Amino acid sequence: MLASLIVVFREVLEAGLIVGIVLAATAGVPQRGLWVSGGLIAGVLGASLLAAFAGALSSALEGVGQEVFTAAILMVAVVMLSWHVVWMGRHGRELATQARSLGRSVRVGERSLLALAAVVAIAVLREGSEVVLFLYGIAASAHEGPMAMLAGGGLGVALAAFVSYLLYRGLLVIPARHLFTATNALITLLAAGMAGQAAATLASADLVSSWGDHLWNTSRFLSENSIVGRALHALVGYSDRPSGVQVAAYGTTLVLLTALSWLTGTGHERKPAGQETASRASAR
Amino acid sequence: MRRQLCLLAGLLACMLPAGAAMAEDFHIAIKDHRFTPTRLEVPAGVKFRLMVSNQDDTAEEFESTELDREKLVAPGKEIPVFLGPLDAGEYKFFGDFHQDTAQGVLVAK
Repeated sequence: MLASLIVVFREVLEAGLIVGIVLAATAGVPQRGLWVSGGLIAGVLGASLLAAFAGALSSALEGVGQEVFTAAILMVAVVMLSWHVVWMGRHGRELATQARSLGRSVRVGERSLLALAAVVAIAVLREGSEVVLFLYGIAASAHEGPMAMLAGGGLGVALAAFVSYLLYRGLLVIPARHLFTATNALITLLAAGMAGQAAATLASADLVSSWGDHLWNTSRFLSENSIVGRALHALVGYSDRPSGVQVAAYGTTLVLLTALSWLTGTGHERKPAGQETASRASAR
Repeated sequence: MRRQLCLLAGLLACMLPAGAAMAEDFHIAIKDHRFTPTRLEVPAGVKFRLMVSNQDDTAEEFESTELDREKLVAPGKEIPVFLGPLDAGEYKFFGDFHQDTAQGVLVAK
């Protein structure tokens, strides 16, 4: 039971922290609950499907199908998160300062919600397929009965959900005015971390050069396998032994996204509100 | 424009793995949630593939903190884990789904 609890807690926490950030980032956006739950359900279904086809995937592409698939979905998530950061740069201030139910903002907001729902789905898909395979293995062995597995698994999910909820509540303590800045910064770091992981995954399959295997080693200081290490890994892409290409992808994404959100954000500030509405309407 | 394209192509070329010679493959098997062999000698300083075959009916995850690898091995499948060049030394690995029994160590010499 303890084994199920630990593995399930670990994997669900990684996905749960991302859901926590997404929920905080969309605080006050109407119907976000629907989108986020949709993302969760899609992720769970996808994870089960992925677990069922794990054998086929691992044999694909001369044995590196898993890595290519993981890198691909991570890159999709990075694009979705970037889209959100840019959208927030344009609309975050309106959302924070004006009534949150502005019809126009909601319509554009739905597109950003779709992007974030996809990120939730991808996070759950990645961690979930491992949980499914692990629990299936436990259930198939006589070592641990199905009841103990269900109890352990259920407890693991509940604990991880609770910690993620704490992160969400903690973020909501930030005043609304600064919340968008804070969640945008978190989402930028999340995207950078995922880009780094995508690069590291491709390097581990020898598909791209690693540019040096261990740029540094901080495993003695904070192991990536500890709970805190894992949480930081999921949140900001912490790695105790990063490869060069991982750091490069991380840095590039961080700089690009910061520049993009800054550019779109200041563009918004300079124009009077009316003019901006007009130019956006004509652009559509 | 052409210059930018050249630069981009150059950058992409940098990304390709260096064509360092790949040593022969090494093999380990997982059976009854244990590795055989549990201790495997591999060459230091070269790239090689560690072929991990899972002979159990359930999935296992080949994982090593020290080697920074984590890869699922579906039941009845054999997957390559790309490693090296390693410094001489010992590198522990384990089966993430059965850590109580699935433990092993790579010795790079």
